[in-house]
Amino acid sequence: MVASITNLGRSGLYDWVIQRLTAVILAVYTLFLLGFVIAHPDLQYSDWQGLFSCTAMKIASLLALISICAHGWVGMWTIATDYIKPTGIRFLFLLVTAAFVFVYLVWGIDILWGA
Amino acid sequence: MLVSIYRYNPEADEAPYMQDYEISIPAGKDLMVLDVLNLVKEQDSSVSYRRSCREGVCGSDGMNINGKNGLACITPISEATKGKNDKLVLRPLPGMPVIRDLVIDMGLFYKQYESIKPYLNNNTPAPAIERLQSPEERAKLDGLYECILCACCSTSCPSFWWNPEKFVGPAGLLQAYRFLADTRDTSTEERLAELDDPFSVFRCRGIMNCVNVCPKGLNPTRAIGHIRGMLLQREI
Ligand code: SF4
Ligand code: SF4
Ligand code: FES
Repeated sequence: MVASITNLGRSGLYDWVIQRLTAVILAVYTLFLLGFVIAHPDLQYSDWQGLFSCTAMKIASLLALISICAHGWVGMWTIATDYIKPTGIRFLFLLVTAAFVFVYLVWGIDILWGA
Repeated sequence: MLVSIYRYNPEADEAPYMQDYEISIPAGKDLMVLDVLNLVKEQDSSVSYRRSCREGVCGSDGMNINGKNGLACITPISEATKGKNDKLVLRPLPGMPVIRDLVIDMGLFYKQYESIKPYLNNNTPAPAIERLQSPEERAKLDGLYECILCACCSTSCPSFWWNPEKFVGPAGLLQAYRFLADTRDTSTEERLAELDDPFSVFRCRGIMNCVNVCPKGLNPTRAIGHIRGMLLQREI
């Protein structure tokens, strides 16, 4: 058993499942957006506005946002623990990553539900 | 034939270097790489490598042959040079400390092997004669027990290169599954609990280099998939 305090879930299994689940969510969300754009050849701002103002879309977008944050953290954490060996630099890298993830999450929620 | 060999003697050399030898191969013969090494040794007795059984059983002469890990004794030069020019380049297995020339320190590899407790645990009273298995139960061990611990797989695995002290590696995980799959072993739960962390099993990224090089034709990636499946089942 190898201990780690910086990975996302409680165990390797959690991280692994989270990574796969969020990948599926992001794929579905992306395909839907792509499909929407293709289905509206002359897309107007009002269509786009209309799409994102419906509650179901807001929930889906929030789900996608949380997924991207979780997926990103697990991925970046893996890269850091593979390639960055000096503890100080790795910690700094993870800190910057965490800051970005946090900012994106709060900012994203603000965009979705803000005034 | 031109044979280029990785040379390093930590006591005398500042850095490793490649040394070329011109070896005449008996006409019409397809020697094994180990035979060629033996011919090199006749020319230059200071070249060091491990070997013992010379028939793919002991696992001691794993090395990097023209860029691919394999056992020198069962790799014909025709296969090693296929699609490349007629040159043989021999290096030690990658990613491990070199003791001398083609001889590497296998310490970390064995340590990972030891960590999965490669022996049967059974705390039920021993039967009078032996613990029986049905032919079907026994068949589950096929493709697992044949491993000769040559380390060709683990030393071709990038995940093992980056984290050899935390990631068990394909060879160790193949054996971990060998004991998880054994109906005579009663410590399945303890074994799984040991493997649940983010490194031991889950550092495998399914690159399948291990499957590509195993001289015994074994499939560690599949075994790792089975372990993941068992871990998942245990938590759902
Ligand atoms: S799985 Fe294959 S390559 Fe790996 S140590 Fe065993 S025999 Fe060697
Ligand atoms: S499949 Fe897994 S164990 Fe095999 S080489 Fe790839 S990362 Fe390593
Ligand atoms: S010498 Fe025994 S496996 Fe090659």
